[in-house]
Amino acid sequence: MKKLFKSEASLNFASSVTAIIAGLIIGLIVIIIANPSNALNGFLTLIQGGFSNGTRGIGQVLNNATPIILTGLSVGFAFKTGLFNIGTPGQFVVGAFVAIYIGVEWTFLPGAIHWLVAIIFAALAGALWGCVPGIMKAYLNVNEVIASIIMNYIGMYTVNYIVPLTVFNINKNETLPVASSAVIPQFGIEHLIPNVNGGIVIAIILVIVIHIILNKSVLGYELKACGFNRDASKYAGINAKQKIVCSMMIAGALAGIGGALVYLGGTGKCLAVVDTLAPEGFNGIAVALLGLSSPFGILAAGLFIAHLTIGGSLMQIYGFIPQIVDIIIAIIIYFSAFALMVKGILANGFHFKKKPKVKEGQ
Amino acid sequence: MSDILFLFQQTMFFFIPLLIVALGGLFSERSGIINIALEGMMIIGAFAGIFFIHFFQQSMDPQICLLVALLIAGLSGTLFALFHAIASINMKADQTISGTALNMFAPAFCIFVARLVQQTQQVEFSNTFRITKVPVLGDIPFIGEFLFQNTYITNFLGILILVLSWLILYKTRFGLRLRSCGELPQAADSAGINVYKIRYAGTLISGFLAGMGGLIFIVPTSTNFNADVAGYGFLALAVLIFGQWKPWHIAGAAFFFGFMKTIASAGLPFLASLSIPNYFYKITPYVATLIVLAFTSKNSAAPRAEGEPFDKGKR
Repeated sequence: MKKLFKSEASLNFASSVTAIIAGLIIGLIVIIIANPSNALNGFLTLIQGGFSNGTRGIGQVLNNATPIILTGLSVGFAFKTGLFNIGTPGQFVVGAFVAIYIGVEWTFLPGAIHWLVAIIFAALAGALWGCVPGIMKAYLNVNEVIASIIMNYIGMYTVNYIVPLTVFNINKNETLPVASSAVIPQFGIEHLIPNVNGGIVIAIILVIVIHIILNKSVLGYELKACGFNRDASKYAGINAKQKIVCSMMIAGALAGIGGALVYLGGTGKCLAVVDTLAPEGFNGIAVALLGLSSPFGILAAGLFIAHLTIGGSLMQIYGFIPQIVDIIIAIIIYFSAFALMVKGILANGFHFKKKPKVKEGQ
Repeated sequence: MSDILFLFQQTMFFFIPLLIVALGGLFSERSGIINIALEGMMIIGAFAGIFFIHFFQQSMDPQICLLVALLIAGLSGTLFALFHAIASINMKADQTISGTALNMFAPAFCIFVARLVQQTQQVEFSNTFRITKVPVLGDIPFIGEFLFQNTYITNFLGILILVLSWLILYKTRFGLRLRSCGELPQAADSAGINVYKIRYAGTLISGFLAGMGGLIFIVPTSTNFNADVAGYGFLALAVLIFGQWKPWHIAGAAFFFGFMKTIASAGLPFLASLSIPNYFYKITPYVATLIVLAFTSKNSAAPRAEGEPFDKGKR
């Protein structure tokens, strides 16, 4: 039992599960208060989520999970370098716009690479948006949270300004649909799950790539070193400033790809011109926290939150309001902020027990 | 002349809420607690206030109704801020994460409750709070026309809060203690100040002001509330930074931002001929804040201990 507690990974996992359970319990209480007679049915539907509709439901979960896995990776990657990337909504929306623009206009590209080019440029746009707070943090010591929040609004207003001038469908107040050659291929998984988008495959590939970068590469080692202790990493000869910019650019690129995957998914969804920040961006923060910033954790957390969201919309059959899911997610984030501290207490507690033993040995 | 009058009165609609919310942020940040949950607190406050107005509007004098609603908005904002305080002060949680959670919670909760109580998520109210003319003062030439005609009681409240904030922060013992907790809490602690209590006070005051600010933003500009304050909480955060964490600078920044918002939404008669797109006025406040941040970073006026949980053992 002690060994189980000592292992960092299981401690992390336990803290995430605690946050989820706390969120669900409070969610259940809210459901009971709202409508006691249907509470049980409603809650079971919520828990069942994507599994209640067979393969169709699973496809929906995968499609909904794709963007939040990407924004989650973005937030998580920046976390590893000690940065809080709250700029995902802005990076997401500029990525989405660039992907749509290329998807609509650049039809001269052959179908095999059209979608890929659109994704790459979306990544570049996201990286551009991410590098502004990165540069300001590294070279001017500006708090990246504030700079990112500001970049969110600049991104949103810029996209809302450019869309009506370029790829605009005036009747629906949204962008035009992308050309069929810009839709991401389904890579054969449509035989298993008919309604799935190819985006999930790219998301999973990126999860693996980020895992390799963080854990198996020199760059990842240096980035993490900057996150643990910026001064020590500087002493060890790492160019900390450059690494901060690099980390924010990669994080921005990931969020930008997230935007591309939604609108190149072939669901016919178009980017609407509204003055609201992209919710996928903020959900990425929840995913990253729940997944403890590890790429595979983020994959699981993204699937879990997408699963809950589907459950929330199915709950409407019993007269429940789908916003209950947002409430639960918010409570989960709130408690995962606590969990960091609870973990700290546990770890410190063990230190205290160890220290006297060392002294005895001396 | 009437153009300028119109612009001035429009600007007040944006200036006053931005000012009050940014001053709320000031109290919290000066005590050392980052408050990015201003947006969520505004939403909760506006929701509670509008709900009260929705139900009691018919049976009350409009000005008294508004004042009671403001009090309710402030108190619900305070209650909501309590969660931020518990997380960031007692639980030593990451203040940005806690703030993000509150920002996600607020709109979802408001839509949920509104639909539970009345089926639709918009809460309707009718705007009966405009004061056509303040007696006596409204008759003063020029000044009366600008300040005491077609106005709202909230405009005067905003100015009162500005003066009070400055007095409290710079002229009272409490203000000195609050500021010291944001700069070097360990020193404050060794001087016998209870850092936890002061930080609680700062965060709760910010919740009260942000909640009130939310209602003040909605009342003159709309006739329903849809669980949204259009990013004004984040804009107020930018005002706070642009104003370099000082009350009078914040007032100037809020006026500038409010003016930009007015031009973007109402348009300026003599600027219309230049045909500068609205977009320019919309992003100006944000770009200006980024530039100010870049230039002031070397000797930042931000409270030093901002965002750091207070640890008694650390000296």
